[in-house]
Amino acid sequence: MRKITTLVTVLALASVLLAACAGAPPVVTDAPTTTAPTSEATATEAPATEAPTAEAEATATAGGAAETTPVAPPVAGGERLQAILDRGTLICGAHGTFQGFGFLDTAGAWTGFDVDFCRAWAAALFNDADAVEFRALSAQDRFTALQSGEVDVLSRNSTWSYTRDAELGLTFGPVTFYDGQAIMARTDIVNDASLGLDALEGANVCVQSGTTTELNLADQFRAAGVNYTPVVFEDQNLAFQAYEEGRCDAITSDRSQLATQGQAVLSNFADHVILDVVMSKEPLGPAVVQGDEKWGDVVHWVVYGMIQAEELGITSENVDEFLTSEDPVIRRLLGVEGELGSKLGLSNDFIYRAVKLVGNYGEVYERNLAVYGLARGQNALWTEGGLMYAPPFR
Amino acid sequence: MPIRAFWRDIRFLQVLGQVIFVLLLALAAGFLYANVSANLARQGLTVGYGFITNPASFDIGESYIPYELSDSYGRAILVGLVNTLVVSALGIVLTTMVGIIAGIARLSSNWLISRLAGAYVGVIRNTPLIIQLMFWYFGIILQLPAVRAAVALPGPVYLTQRGLYLPWYEAMPTFDSWKMYVWLALASIVIIWIIFRVLQNRSSLPIPLWWYLAYILVPVLILWIGFILQPEPPLKASIPELTGLNFRGGLRWTPEFAALLFGLVVYTGAFIAEIVRAGIQAISRGQVEAARSLGLTTGQTLRLIILPQALRVIIPPLTSQYLNLAKNSSLAIAIGYPDLFSIAQTVINQTGAVLEVIVIMMLSYLSMSLFTSLLMNIYNNRVRLVER
Repeated sequence: MRKITTLVTVLALASVLLAACAGAPPVVTDAPTTTAPTSEATATEAPATEAPTAEAEATATAGGAAETTPVAPPVAGGERLQAILDRGTLICGAHGTFQGFGFLDTAGAWTGFDVDFCRAWAAALFNDADAVEFRALSAQDRFTALQSGEVDVLSRNSTWSYTRDAELGLTFGPVTFYDGQAIMARTDIVNDASLGLDALEGANVCVQSGTTTELNLADQFRAAGVNYTPVVFEDQNLAFQAYEEGRCDAITSDRSQLATQGQAVLSNFADHVILDVVMSKEPLGPAVVQGDEKWGDVVHWVVYGMIQAEELGITSENVDEFLTSEDPVIRRLLGVEGELGSKLGLSNDFIYRAVKLVGNYGEVYERNLAVYGLARGQNALWTEGGLMYAPPFR
Repeated sequence: MPIRAFWRDIRFLQVLGQVIFVLLLALAAGFLYANVSANLARQGLTVGYGFITNPASFDIGESYIPYELSDSYGRAILVGLVNTLVVSALGIVLTTMVGIIAGIARLSSNWLISRLAGAYVGVIRNTPLIIQLMFWYFGIILQLPAVRAAVALPGPVYLTQRGLYLPWYEAMPTFDSWKMYVWLALASIVIIWIIFRVLQNRSSLPIPLWWYLAYILVPVLILWIGFILQPEPPLKASIPELTGLNFRGGLRWTPEFAALLFGLVVYTGAFIAEIVRAGIQAISRGQVEAARSLGLTTGQTLRLIILPQALRVIIPPLTSQYLNLAKNSSLAIAIGYPDLFSIAQTVINQTGAVLEVIVIMMLSYLSMSLFTSLLMNIYNNRVRLVER
């Protein structure tokens, strides 16, 4: 009996070694072909799973999405675009609970600035702004979801930074929103927005975990020589709630987030003041996996096209009139002449579709952010003193 | 006995079944490993623990060990681990008390007490812990008065939504030489305990109750002698005081810690109450009747007859409740307590080292749980019924 046990052990060890050595190559090549059919089969049912608010994010963030919802197959360089076209829908990672940028409302509809870019890519690819399947992602699991191929593109107010670009294996798209970290406090503590961080000596500061915000907070207060205590929450809404209840003297986040969520969540926004102090540069934009230039180019140029459209005064309402324009720049942009789209493997009128179905950059901004009183500021066109600039379409 | 073909031999088939199972298991493990490494290679990601010595540069709200911005990620994770250990250890002690009291109360002959205990168990066991934590934190603790309107209790103790502030001490330069007396005082407690045991073994009469005062008086005396022997007092009182936006000085019990501890204790206590009740009810009624006919009081029956026997039934399931409490402490992230899980999340986000940090977390929780199990198994072996 003992001999048999020894035999079993030896066999087991041998099989582990075999599996480890010989198993590797087939796995790589098999991965796309084995998983692709299942994702196609279930993709059609997907929109139904976008249902009610909080649970949707909970399931997606729990990482259990792999079982219930279709998973985009991991695709090697250059194949992502083809995989998306074959699938017929774009899988887009978004926020879910951030009004103005990515919000899943009670009716089950996705709205927001970042969300509209997802729709624009879908419109450019499929001529259907609704051919998008959204995944609500948390700050912590967003990059993992992108790396693992669960989403095609991440459009979830993510800051483009060196480390993320270099270490995480991502490529960030054009900046869609120039933001900066700011800090908000109650008016009974700080009554003047022009005061510095010194006014917050000894304060408790609410902050969301897993963001560059946490790091900047430490850096800025250390540089200013001001003592403080961070209170770190996983969820931005809980951080806001704790701030509202008085747990913290101040709350820090991106300026856009303080303005939009502050108005949506706080009972009386007028009792709070956002300090003028700029704590960081936060260029927000979409991200794709590194090494797939073709798909990355599509993400880039659709956004540029929307910026260019605004510069040329083309909106979703008047875009059809521009089709008959004599201006070669406009004719090329809208695909009336030239073959710009086919160079990326798309239809030539891809920019026309995005502008027609979603709108130009300015329209998207107006629709989602102007309602929260966020002025264009740095996000105005370069012709109007802002930073929004698209390379030429030729 | 006729020689049978080996493939019809039940012993061979049993072994074969196991070999096939092990092979399949190994294949699955090999597949997973190959898949992970292939995917990591495809994304150009490398796995390694090099990041652990890099400076963390983020702040942590509360820490029991010294921590600064310039400390390493490893140190930050350690801070989180210690925070988890503190809340788990305190939680286990308190939840045991709550559980035993509630468990006994459920069996009380007093209608009100037993119904109250029943309601507690019923409500707490049947709602998710995360909701209870949110309730304690947002519903109760953050509704306490603001810092400026703090409730001042004698001491001075201040109760606010930012925590409970107690007077505490500050170590002075002579503290180090005074430390020796602290150790002496602790040693004296052990010595008194040994002396009492020896005395009790010699005589059949119980030790007079007031002798137990020695447990307090002797150590206090030693500490006091040490205190006056120092050239200047080794300790200075640190009184909480409202300066600027918050209280300074004293000992602070943060609302996050309080909510987490409270939530875990109340939640796990309900489960332990049921375990205790089951353990007590497992003791046959005859034992109680025998004890009563010998003239023992209800309290003595409980303490000397029922609980020692019930422990044998209680301890194994109690161990899993302790493990649950320690693991449930990872829900702290929802209410802002910087435990291991919460800090690990931040580290993951800043370094991108998902796999590595998850492995650290798993090993930490695993060794915590195994250590708790080990202690409980040792205890279980001690109270086990020794068969002769």
